[in-house]
Amino acid sequence: MSESAQAPSPLIPLPRGPVPQAPARARAMIEIKMDGRTVSVPEGSTIIDAARQLGIDIPTLCFLESLTPVNVCRICVVELEGSRTLVPACSRKAEPGMVIQTDSERVRLSRRMVLEFLASSVNVSTAPMFAEYMKRYGARPERFGASPATVAQMPKIDNDLYVRDYAKCILCYKCVEACGTDAQNTFAIAVAGRGFSAHIATEYDVPLPDSACVYCGNCIGVCPTGALMFKSEYDLRLAGQWNESRQTRTDTICPYCGVGCDLTVHAQDGKIVRVTSPVDHSVTHGNLCIKGRFGWQFVEIQPAPKKS
Amino acid sequence: MDLHLTEARATAAEQSAVDKILGAPASGWDGGERNVATDSRAAFGGHEARSRRHLLLPALHAVQSHIGWVSPGALNYISVRLDLAPAEAHGVASFYGMFSLTEQPAVVAHVCDDIGCLALGAGAVCGELEKKLGPAGSACLGGRATWKRSTCLGLCERAPAAVITAAGEKPRERVVAPADAGAIQLLMQDGVAGKLPAEPDALNIRASVPQAGRPELRLLKRVGQVDPASVEAYQGAGGYEALRLALDMGPEAVVREMIESRLLGRGGAAFPTGKKWEALLTQRGQGRTHYVVCNADESEPGTFKDRILMEGDPFAILEGMTIAGLATGAQKGYIYLRGEYPLAGERIAHAIGAARAKGLLGDNILGRGMRFDIELRRGAGAYICGEETALFNSIEGYRGEPRNKPPFPTQAGLFRQPTVVNNVETLVNVPEIIRMGGAAYARIGVGNSTGYRLFCVSGHAVRPGVYEVAFGATLRQIIELAGGVGGNGRLQAVLLGGAAGGFVSPKELDTPLTFEGTRAIGASLGSGVVMLFDDSADLQQILLRIAGFFSHESCGQCVPCRVGVVRQEETLKRLVHRRPLGSPAEEIGLLREMGQAMRDASICGLGQTASSALESALNRWRLFS
Repeated sequence: MSESAQAPSPLIPLPRGPVPQAPARARAMIEIKMDGRTVSVPEGSTIIDAARQLGIDIPTLCFLESLTPVNVCRICVVELEGSRTLVPACSRKAEPGMVIQTDSERVRLSRRMVLEFLASSVNVSTAPMFAEYMKRYGARPERFGASPATVAQMPKIDNDLYVRDYAKCILCYKCVEACGTDAQNTFAIAVAGRGFSAHIATEYDVPLPDSACVYCGNCIGVCPTGALMFKSEYDLRLAGQWNESRQTRTDTICPYCGVGCDLTVHAQDGKIVRVTSPVDHSVTHGNLCIKGRFGWQFVEIQPAPKKS
Repeated sequence: MDLHLTEARATAAEQSAVDKILGAPASGWDGGERNVATDSRAAFGGHEARSRRHLLLPALHAVQSHIGWVSPGALNYISVRLDLAPAEAHGVASFYGMFSLTEQPAVVAHVCDDIGCLALGAGAVCGELEKKLGPAGSACLGGRATWKRSTCLGLCERAPAAVITAAGEKPRERVVAPADAGAIQLLMQDGVAGKLPAEPDALNIRASVPQAGRPELRLLKRVGQVDPASVEAYQGAGGYEALRLALDMGPEAVVREMIESRLLGRGGAAFPTGKKWEALLTQRGQGRTHYVVCNADESEPGTFKDRILMEGDPFAILEGMTIAGLATGAQKGYIYLRGEYPLAGERIAHAIGAARAKGLLGDNILGRGMRFDIELRRGAGAYICGEETALFNSIEGYRGEPRNKPPFPTQAGLFRQPTVVNNVETLVNVPEIIRMGGAAYARIGVGNSTGYRLFCVSGHAVRPGVYEVAFGATLRQIIELAGGVGGNGRLQAVLLGGAAGGFVSPKELDTPLTFEGTRAIGASLGSGVVMLFDDSADLQQILLRIAGFFSHESCGQCVPCRVGVVRQEETLKRLVHRRPLGSPAEEIGLLREMGQAMRDASICGLGQTASSALESALNRWRLFS
């Protein structure tokens, strides 16, 4: 048999087996000191990676493993010896010989102020981590008086699938990243305006149905404060019926297409109220499409009573 | 990209304004007429279409200056032309103060009410305009004009100042300084009648550079003496000698001289220029494109030295940049010019054209085979774009938000390539250093503060203007140079370094204005601002204006600055209006805490210095007890 006859034809699938992978490049290890302890991390790791290896909890708001760090919330700042300012743990790469304090008085003051700045200007009532962080750092947003400037405004309800309540937006940039190059590449929303007036917007604030939005809901998936919310959840909360203790979470696989996205179906009293996907899932990284995210009404349709 | 656009379409005038910058569209794919026969069979896009985002600001400028505002239709057209999502284009357009996204009258008077002008009667000018024309922002003169309050326009030596812009087929910009309400109104009427002259106002040498013509000047020696519009005149006055020398010396020797000169950047951060250049020189041959960027986005309140250099001696900046290009292996340079500087823009644009025609820029500079060219980019009203990484984003067509450092510009700067950013004044020092040698330059001045320095004296000075000294002069000597304290003659305070700098008291006048001398009293030189206030000036109002400046200019990216500057202004307002929460001491404590968080946790220098002027005042005077 000639050699060319043995070459695999592009039309005949290769036999199944382990997928060949490029050998992992041996990464140099970097040693740094954190809170008096020494830790070794692979080159390219961030300070937060090193902290997690040591079991040190550094608070984060704008950080998410599946998105490019934008380091804008500044709650993750740590004290780096030799640096004039504090540095963001979520994005700053570990460098050999760094000496870091993650809970010094300076660090705690900046974190407390960040929390007070946010809690005094934004409605953080549905942000899961906020209450605990505020307690941990002794934040007292009421120090700014009864009428500080806020981002209070009416929620935007312009479609049947989700609600945008920017009174709850801390401007973490996550939704813009998820709508853009980090996941969806739709670019329906961007940060607009400047300073305290900076906000998330479509072009000229047109309603979502007029924008480029494809309703994948990946922005809801990454929103850390509940500013972006399923309409189903929003309605239940409005009616005072939202109750997570009565909810079940079922992990399943989306039946719509062949990709096989992992779904977590949140149901309350037997009704689907929200659909998410695990951020650490290798297929979705937390992202879904409009069908996997919202297309579940048929589950609840009762068969029409048979005419007798 | 598959763009989703709203129904809004651009008018013919809007399209033609954009096409002036981008050229006519090539096909239906980038905004032209759709030709079914050709466009249906081939898509013209790919990297070439996507790599034009850096033209977003020039395109927005074109629409703003020709139409007077950026309509949804115009934005859609720009988006298609640049293959850019309209939400992104809108996000960028809404970032910059000079772009209006709502319809506004064609003629707009921007009246400065920042600290320098405030001390010299800007409040009264605005008050009178309110009486004559109605409140700021309202339409007047038959709905065809309006006036707005503005942050510092960089015309502080002739305060109070205003700039009148008239949008139209032939856009016009006109400066009026010193301004009064009558003069502003007259120019607005001229604008409405289409009678504003095309030529921007010439530099008023006597008012702006009182030292002009003195033989000891180095940086200012040609200002007012040599025709800034003539490359021959510049060459006749010794111009481009340094470039010839540099070409003979070669890049390594040029960088060596720069390091030996110990020149520290004059934009405010005072980083050693030679070190920056060296960082690029050592990266040659790695296949990356090197850039030289001239930071001409002078916007620190009270600073106008770079404007005067650009208006009075533009070729010196081009020569300095070309030498930088030679030393760093860059073939392309950008000048990022503050949007509110019409005359400087005109002079620089003209100088670039003249230098190209003379073979002083281009593919074969001075016949020596050196390749270097310069492009002028205009900012659009955002103080933050003077921060070097925000400046990169702005040139690239993004919102002018600073990037986190590291990586530093010398590693990943403009278009993520190795980049050197130098201030205008820094670059004007370069030909001097090459001519006299780094070691000789380093002997001028004192300590680490080597060479010459420009100071922008404004406020209550007898002869405000830009002054050049060799490093070592004290604050008192600078004030004497400017004819002493003006106003009522009784000095209350001096603001050093601008809004991001700090106040010093009359007791500190013998401080040498050097990097070390100012550091020793907890102040900074910054961009060379020396703003005097006599004892009739209301320091509390000035502090409020500075706080307002930062609220207006914060980019909004990071929490400590975005909210911190607003809370700082609110707290200060409560103190000034004698309505503190708790005691004044508690409020001051709160201000200090906010200041520390902004200094420690903000991404860039704006947030990090937003409380410095306020805190310097609290350290020196008992203000609110």
